[in-house]
Amino acid sequence: MTSASSAEREQAGDGSGTSWFYNPRVRGVVFQVLVVAFLLGMLAFFAYNAKINLERAGIASGLGFLSERAGFDISQSLVPYTNDSTYFRAFYVGLLNTLLVASIGIVIATVLGFIVGIARLSKNFLIRQIATWYVELLRNIPLLLQLLFWYKAVLSVLPSPRQSLEPVSGVYLNNRGLILPEVIGQPGSSAILWALLAAIAASIGISRWARKRQQETGRQFPSLLVGLGLIVGLPLLAFLVTGMPVDLAYAELAGFNFRGGVVVIPEFMALLLGLALYTAAFIAEIVRAGILAVSHGQTEAAYSLGLRPRRTLQLVIIPQAMRVIIPPLTSQFLNLTKNSSLAVAIGYPDLVAVFAGTVLNQTGQAVEVIIITMLVYLTLSLLTSGFMNWYNSRMALVER
Amino acid sequence: MTHKLIPIVLGAALGLTATAASAATLDDVKAKGFLQCGSNTGLAGFAAPDDKGEWTGLDVSMCRAIAAAIFDDANAVKFTPLTAKERFTALQTGEVDVLVRNTTWTMSRDTTLGLNFTGVNYYDGQGFMVRKSLGVSSALELSGASVCVQTGTTTELNLTDYFKANGMEYNPVVFEKLEEVNAAYDANRCDVYTTDASGLYSIRLQLTNPADHIVLPEIISKEPLGPAVRQGDDQWFNLVKWVHFAMLNAEELGVTSANVEEMKNSDNPNIRRLLGAEGAFGESIGLSNDWAARIIKHVGNYGEVFDKTVGPDTPLGIARGVNALWTKGGLQYAPPVR
Repeated sequence: MTSASSAEREQAGDGSGTSWFYNPRVRGVVFQVLVVAFLLGMLAFFAYNAKINLERAGIASGLGFLSERAGFDISQSLVPYTNDSTYFRAFYVGLLNTLLVASIGIVIATVLGFIVGIARLSKNFLIRQIATWYVELLRNIPLLLQLLFWYKAVLSVLPSPRQSLEPVSGVYLNNRGLILPEVIGQPGSSAILWALLAAIAASIGISRWARKRQQETGRQFPSLLVGLGLIVGLPLLAFLVTGMPVDLAYAELAGFNFRGGVVVIPEFMALLLGLALYTAAFIAEIVRAGILAVSHGQTEAAYSLGLRPRRTLQLVIIPQAMRVIIPPLTSQFLNLTKNSSLAVAIGYPDLVAVFAGTVLNQTGQAVEVIIITMLVYLTLSLLTSGFMNWYNSRMALVER
Repeated sequence: MTHKLIPIVLGAALGLTATAASAATLDDVKAKGFLQCGSNTGLAGFAAPDDKGEWTGLDVSMCRAIAAAIFDDANAVKFTPLTAKERFTALQTGEVDVLVRNTTWTMSRDTTLGLNFTGVNYYDGQGFMVRKSLGVSSALELSGASVCVQTGTTTELNLTDYFKANGMEYNPVVFEKLEEVNAAYDANRCDVYTTDASGLYSIRLQLTNPADHIVLPEIISKEPLGPAVRQGDDQWFNLVKWVHFAMLNAEELGVTSANVEEMKNSDNPNIRRLLGAEGAFGESIGLSNDWAARIIKHVGNYGEVFDKTVGPDTPLGIARGVNALWTKGGLQYAPPVR
């Protein structure tokens, strides 16, 4: 009893008499330091233990293997790669293949997702039903099954090389892939690229000027049309003026398959199709939710100001919906990138298949390879969410 | 796949499995009451479940022989089906006690992966299979072909070397699982399927129309396939090594699963030593002296196992060839029990 009453007395005091142990600031710092020290200690323990265990088991470790000759081939590489390249080069090839399918997949999934999301809110019964069925069907079937389905579908629909389809002259489609003519630039062809860059810069300038003028005078300017015209027209003009300095190297059927040309392998087509269609279903729901989150009063207000429905959607609804859409959209982009590692099931040479697959097995250095692969996915995800957070802060409602 | 590897890697980092594994494997196995054997995910003739769900095959028999030697029970085995990619990590971390998964013995695997190969239970070589309709009769006509291959195998590297050495081009199509490679080849994604010749015969049986495919005559590599154990446990290494040798010696001495009991009374000292009637050879590897008799009683000698799993009378129909005993012109040769 006496000790309790003395504690009560101390608590009731102004604090000067209390032990430092009861100071909330000191306590906070002490506990945080303890937690950090514990985590670092655990990490150090794991690293040390792994090292000792690997040494005891006689397993080679370290990153020296990255500069050794790989000795295997990869079916798709964006940079020059042969079996004489190093393991590091193989890693780089796999990384680029992952980035390729992820970035194209994100663009397609976003565009398709927006279209389907808006279609789900359409007043047209048929369009609305088709969009609903699309979403419910694709997002409720596991992605791996969808990938296997698309791979099977791509392979079974396409003919063998000797019976290739030729939709456009010089373009062939068979179960070895889509074979396109290679574009070979002759001297002077760089002018076309410069013209394209100039056109892009000019159309950005025009759209800024047009917006400023509209804000000042209210007069509108068709900056989108003019911009598109410039981007298509200027390079075309440069192409004609410089005397068409571009050659197309057509692929030719020789022996088993086509030689030359650019080949889009069926594994890539199936993976891209699977990832984009699957993610688009989720994005569609996010877009629909974002649009529904904007109060109907906003639409009515815009109409009463005399805006047409299209302008209302473009100027009033979408900008406000974007605030709701962007954060979950980021997760979908991250998901798509990470899901691309399922490529291993259908033979697409992504980072996991090439590096955490072949390289891991040929070198046997599982710990290093898996850690590097995890770090790569972590970095990709952090970069994506960093960019999306920046974009989100730009789109967020700025209150005055 | 990665999701299977991560726990293994984490396990290595935590040191739980690896520490346990570096202890005497034989004691662990005896304490558990069964052998944990790393096997193929499904390769007819070598390791595949039969229509009753029982694992059978040449590699599986090796595992059963080890179990028979230890427990006098060929069924005291649990099988862990492993892909080519997962197999070494599974052995290194102690998830399996022995790896018998048509694994090629190479120098780098023997020296840098922390494991030891105990011998060669099948001498193989890499070959090519194509569709008859392509009209190809030699591997040297394959330039420009698309080739289906499994990831993480010596096959993948031999393929590269062979095409390079002969100045030919090819497009690799690489899958992780054997079943995926089979499906892709069957769907005509590739012109050529390459793996060990024994594997090609086995896989051909699983294709839609086996008769439409031929295995080309070229053998482009040496593929000595054998069991592997972890480094640093010599007792276990000796045990697995001598289980194989016992099966070879039994065949050489004419001891079969049918006559093993009578043979114990044989006058031939070689047979008496093998079957434990003389000497204490079993004790020197931590087993009872009738260890070899148990193997032969439950599993059979090497020749019996070969004939039952992959031999001429099975669907695979592989001839003994280089896998015949040394006395019959083959390479299978075991040191004497003495």
